[in-house]
Amino acid sequence: MIATRQQRLGNFAGLGLVLVAWVLYAVYASPTQGWTFFLQLTVNGIILGSIYALIALGYSMVYGILKLLNFAHGDVYMIGSFIGFGVLSVLGGALSPAIPVVLLVLCMFAVAMIGSGVLGLVIERFAYRPLRNAPRIAPLISALGVAFFLENSALLLFGAQYRNYDGYDLISFNGIHIGGPTGVFVSYLGVIVISSSVALMVALVALVRWTRFGKAMRAVSFDREAAAMMGIDPDRVIATTFFVGSALAGAAGVMFGLVYSQIYHLIGFIAGLKGFTAAVVGGIGSIPGAMLGGLLVGMTESWAKGYLNGNVADLVVFGILIGFMLIRPTGLLGTPALQKV
Amino acid sequence: MAEATPPPSAPSATQIGVDSWVTESDERRLHRAGAWGAVLRGWERLPPPGKLALVTPAIAVPFIPIVSSGNLFNYGIFILLYALLGLGLNVVVGFAGLLDLGYVAFFGFGAYTFAFLSGTHHEKGHVFTHHWPAELSIPVAIVLCGVLGLFLGSTSRRLLGDYLAIVTLFFGEAFVVFTNSADPYGVTNGSNGLANIDPLKFYAFGQHLTIASVRGYYWFLLGCVIVVLVVLHFMSESRTGRAWKASREDPLAAELMGIPVNRLKITAFIFGAGIAGLAGTVFAAAQTGAFPQNFSTQVLILIYAVVILGGVGSLTGMLVGAAVIIASNQVLDSTSPPNLQRVLFYAALIIGFALMFRSSWRKLAVVAASTVALGFAAHAIASAAWPRGVHGSVTSGGFLTGAIKHWVLLPTNPGRIADYVYVLVIVLAVSLTQLKGWWRVALAPFVFVFTAFLWENLLIQQPAVTRYVLFGALLIVLMAIRPQGLFGTARVEIA
Repeated sequence: MIATRQQRLGNFAGLGLVLVAWVLYAVYASPTQGWTFFLQLTVNGIILGSIYALIALGYSMVYGILKLLNFAHGDVYMIGSFIGFGVLSVLGGALSPAIPVVLLVLCMFAVAMIGSGVLGLVIERFAYRPLRNAPRIAPLISALGVAFFLENSALLLFGAQYRNYDGYDLISFNGIHIGGPTGVFVSYLGVIVISSSVALMVALVALVRWTRFGKAMRAVSFDREAAAMMGIDPDRVIATTFFVGSALAGAAGVMFGLVYSQIYHLIGFIAGLKGFTAAVVGGIGSIPGAMLGGLLVGMTESWAKGYLNGNVADLVVFGILIGFMLIRPTGLLGTPALQKV
Repeated sequence: MAEATPPPSAPSATQIGVDSWVTESDERRLHRAGAWGAVLRGWERLPPPGKLALVTPAIAVPFIPIVSSGNLFNYGIFILLYALLGLGLNVVVGFAGLLDLGYVAFFGFGAYTFAFLSGTHHEKGHVFTHHWPAELSIPVAIVLCGVLGLFLGSTSRRLLGDYLAIVTLFFGEAFVVFTNSADPYGVTNGSNGLANIDPLKFYAFGQHLTIASVRGYYWFLLGCVIVVLVVLHFMSESRTGRAWKASREDPLAAELMGIPVNRLKITAFIFGAGIAGLAGTVFAAAQTGAFPQNFSTQVLILIYAVVILGGVGSLTGMLVGAAVIIASNQVLDSTSPPNLQRVLFYAALIIGFALMFRSSWRKLAVVAASTVALGFAAHAIASAAWPRGVHGSVTSGGFLTGAIKHWVLLPTNPGRIADYVYVLVIVLAVSLTQLKGWWRVALAPFVFVFTAFLWENLLIQQPAVTRYVLFGALLIVLMAIRPQGLFGTARVEIA
């Protein structure tokens, strides 16, 4: 059963009402600086949200095809971030890059994406594939084990100290001022992050919609056995899905490093939870839903940080997740799953 | 599924998964050959009180005469505490089949509630103290935990499987965030936690009884574990217990049989939460404090490791699982002697290899011999070609110093090399699982030698991190090769 047009309109109308009420409250009733402050927070939230959206896509694709919550996904993102940092340091560091900056950034993205993609492949092959026909609880525990393994391996290899990307040194401290020098500020780095994540998402949608692999992937996620009978190799499709999802997480890791500079071994866990929230809010299994959810979660977190305080922000995001889970587990754009007997 | 062909090594001629195979399942287990089969049969025939009488002293006795009070706290108390936590989690995960990843929050909530009732709490910077007697505050804490369990469990009415797992995980995370920093009134005193909690003070028959020593807590906890064990044993054989298992195996069929599945799920949550609350109160009293980091994800992973190793659904398994996991956890703590850690690590490594080649003693002998030879050979080559590689010093070697110095390569400044070897060992170990027969025998010595190199040059300096890497790996490996744990019975899936 696919959500009807009417239900979707209802969802969006409800969401729109909540957002409008929130904007009115934030701008007119709160004691802080009104429009500019609000818009600045929103822009920061969009930058953060486009990172979450990339993480959410990986969750969503894997869940769509395997019905498995890949708890290790956040840690793949963390490893991707470290790989990007490794490439940056090998090529001279942010302050004295050995090759042109554009090339360097492209290199960081490429290596981090391939590295995390391969890591995703390995995880799928050794932790999840043996459990394909096991009870549902087994792969979840295995995923928990993988997450824990990766996190502590990173601690063992890289130590507990923060690593600094110095992304602003690398690219530019400047940015675009909208509405004069006191208006909203968007750094060039933020522009790069938003535009590259949009590019990746467009590429992904094209991949899923118009290629043979995309068709196979949709078929496998719809019905694995029927797809296998049609000559599709499900194992191969699932492995490729893991590769693509993990590569997106790796790209998100590099973006996080560039914008927020400091990375360490625990960034994966919380980011993974937020990415998962985004996937659920948008409707798990749905690609546009993951993007929408990512933006919503990012903006909510940014608003909560600005209007409440940093410590509460995480609780607000968790609260949204639990609320969504209870009231509408299929998310904004998701379709309710039928239980087969 | 189409691939129902039996593997050639299947002991019975019946096809795996068909009905007659399922009915023979118990018989097959009871007719295992050799000494192990006899032990297994004897164990299965033993009545439950006999099992209890055998297992409890085996876990309790070693700690009584020999150890100092610091060790009793680190080993005895923690093993019993995790056994208790494992028993509680077993109700939710094992009996009812619900993946509760917020379980550690109940443990924390019990500890904080006890701290609040019989100890200190803070409010906007002021400190308040209450001194309720323990026979009042422990039941209140348990009941409050149960109520919290009711709240969390009521989400399971709407959520299935993984969705429930994630909501409970968020609940656990939210608890840590809340106690750590987000509490608006400062009741939990943030990351400093609550200190100066009363010891357990009972007021009974007109006299006061205070548990003041670590030994006292040990006996009290042992009593708690036995009581919970007995209650859960009867519980699992009761109507409720059988209904839990039925709704775990197939909720839809159970519902159609008239079992109130939703209510039972919530009951399981309440039970689990109550047991965790009990563990929390004793923990807070024994530690005389409650701190947010006591209830982090790492603790959750430890409890899961206990439950998974012991065998989901098995009660005695929890005691054994707790003993193995927590003892190795504490040995690998940074405060315990490095040589003990070394012995434990090599013992685990050797046992792992022995299990891998258990089917053929010939292969095992070849692996053992070539491992020893390979170590010495590598050492000889390195001392000729790469002198730096053998001039490092052994980290607090103890009686193994001589052997290690001549068998393992010890570069003077391992640094980067050890990091690369770490990745190499993971790759090798992973490919070892893919190889079969003599190829595996050929690769195994290399894995062993590289792992030893890694331990001596990198891991021994950070045992506290290493143990978590190992527990993570343990969860993955157990799920792949023996999902029923040590004492669980294998799930029979009908094709």
